[in-house]
Amino acid sequence: MGVLVIAEHDGGSLGPVTRNTVTAGTRLGEVTVLVAGEGCRGAADEAAALRGVARVLLCDDAVCGQSLAEPLAALLAGIGREYSHLLAPATTFGKNLMPRVAALLDVAQISEVIEVVDADTFKRPIYAGNAIATVRSADSTKVMTVRGTAFEPAAAGDAAAPVDGVPPVAAKPVSRFVSRDLTQSDRPDLAAARVVISGGRGLGSKENFAIIEALADKLGGAVGASRAAVDARFVPNDYQVGQTGKIVAPELYIAVGISGAIQHLAGMKESKVIVAINKDEDAPIFEVADYGLVADLFEAVPALTASLE
Amino acid sequence: MKILVCAKRVVDANVKISVKADGSGVDLANLKMAMNPFDEIAVEEAVRLREAGAADESVVVSLGTSASQETLRTALAMGIDRAVLVESERDLQPLAVAKLLAEVVKREQPDLIIMGKQAIDDDNNQTGQMLAALLGWGQGTFASRVVPASGEVEVTREIDGGLETLALALPAVVTADLRLNEPRYVKLPNIMKAKKKPLEVIAADELGVDIEPRLEVLKVEEPPKRSGGVKVADVAELVDKLRNEARVL
Ligand SMILES: Cc1cc2nc3c(=O)[nH]c(=O)nc-3n(C[C@H](O)[C@H](O)[C@H](O)COP(=O)(O)OP(=O)(O)OC[C@H]3O[C@@H](n4cnc5c(N)ncnc54)[C@H](O)[C@@H]3O)c2cc1C
Ligand SMILES: Nc1ncnc2c1ncn2[C@@H]1O[C@H](COP(=O)(O)O)[C@@H](O)[C@H]1O
Repeated sequence: MGVLVIAEHDGGSLGPVTRNTVTAGTRLGEVTVLVAGEGCRGAADEAAALRGVARVLLCDDAVCGQSLAEPLAALLAGIGREYSHLLAPATTFGKNLMPRVAALLDVAQISEVIEVVDADTFKRPIYAGNAIATVRSADSTKVMTVRGTAFEPAAAGDAAAPVDGVPPVAAKPVSRFVSRDLTQSDRPDLAAARVVISGGRGLGSKENFAIIEALADKLGGAVGASRAAVDARFVPNDYQVGQTGKIVAPELYIAVGISGAIQHLAGMKESKVIVAINKDEDAPIFEVADYGLVADLFEAVPALTASLE
Repeated sequence: MKILVCAKRVVDANVKISVKADGSGVDLANLKMAMNPFDEIAVEEAVRLREAGAADESVVVSLGTSASQETLRTALAMGIDRAVLVESERDLQPLAVAKLLAEVVKREQPDLIIMGKQAIDDDNNQTGQMLAALLGWGQGTFASRVVPASGEVEVTREIDGGLETLALALPAVVTADLRLNEPRYVKLPNIMKAKKKPLEVIAADELGVDIEPRLEVLKVEEPPKRSGGVKVADVAELVDKLRNEARVL
């Protein structure tokens, strides 16, 4: 029995957290990667080239198009029992899919694994990361999502693993893709960026977010946000960092005009270096910041950008 | 259309929890409890669909101890018609909750189930997807827009790259994300009215499903603490520290 990693991809290439999930998989056994979708040979070849990947299964069929959970779960319910562990990234893709797979297999699902203790035992955060639970599964097949920030991305290997085809499973069509509206950006992916600059309610408006973007561009970083900034529509939903948004752990995280609610901290407190810029010296964000600057962000941020010229 | 909505009783989102000294779990004694925030959003959506005439009946379900009756009363005060408590003293993990809910669904025959995307205690984000699987229904998770049309519901989902819209055949399961709506505050007269609304209690055992926990919690510990750093006087000092001390620039 080996480990099956379900790849997230856009057809041509793998989603960033998939590589980290492969690394988690290698701690558990021999890794097979499943690439399911329509027109996804490119992603399969990329997976085959990763270190630690022994085999790639490619299910390239219209049934699997658009990554709908229902047909993908039906496929995994069929082949899943042949593996000891089924792993997917803890992204909206993996979170949507894996509980459905687990229920079809009549097993538990383990969310956001941050450490593999042994083949049956895993650590995962609960209560917005304010506690870490060690859980042991008694199920024959372990189905889980993996938190990308807790595992290094798998590097390219020396030789390409074989790619074998698997047929799709026709499921009763209960869902239909209508449209997708993806945020266009030339900046690095939030979940994988080396530097993240996040803005909060303190920015005050969508227009003012330009100063965050200018700093991000200067540092080659990604832009994130607090829930308050997203709710106020300063930025799109996919910028949200936190307990119920994205989890990031860049080398440098700069929180601007963000108070530091526990739900926000849950998404960024594993960052290597944290900087906070806030005019309120008692803001809780300073309790986790390596460097705190008590200042008006409208002066400090442009000055910071300018001093990096 | 009949809507079933789920509401879990959890520790209030504003409370900072602490871990028990013996590592056996989180110390829940005397903490303020509340309806899971995502479930408030789910309840609000059901009430709005009902008010807009898109639904003609709404039922709220909670699973847990008798204390969850308070959560159900809150949902009734928000405008849900009737409540069901599946009562159990046990640790109900997502698969067990989904199995119990599937039995409730057999009895209630709803056209649409709205749940929260995630319970903020265990942060699982699983139950809706599991329930949809057990029922063989379509799922629309992390919803920021829900529009029922004839025989279908259109759901816009918050995904990592932006937004995605799916059409699901009814019956279907939808899980609510933060931007679906802003839940109303309950008004006192409605709290009084809610006391008279029907609340049925079913013992979990009566539903005849396996609710044995599949995951054993071996230990619960505090995360490693991050020690706060220093305050810098100005931008120049910040840049200097980032360059020469942290070496991240
Ligand atoms: C179920 C649930 C899930 C949640 N999930 C998330 C999540 O995933 N991510 C998340 O971020 N939040 C989440 N939240 C929300 C969280 O509780 C906070 O409400 C939110 O993080 C606050 O955002 P903020 O810090 O931008 O706003 P505020 O708390 O209003 O803070 C704004 C800060 O800006 C500062 N400021 C204002 N003007 C200036 C200025 N000119 N210069 C410098 N500083 C200034 C203020 O001093 C203040 O500290 C969630 C909440 C719930 C209930
Ligand atoms: N004990 C419960 N009672 C009522 N609803 C629940 C319960 N457990 C989970 N749910 C529902 O399932 C959603 C997701 O929960 P979870 O999978 O635990 O994160 C919650 O937001 C609720 O809508």
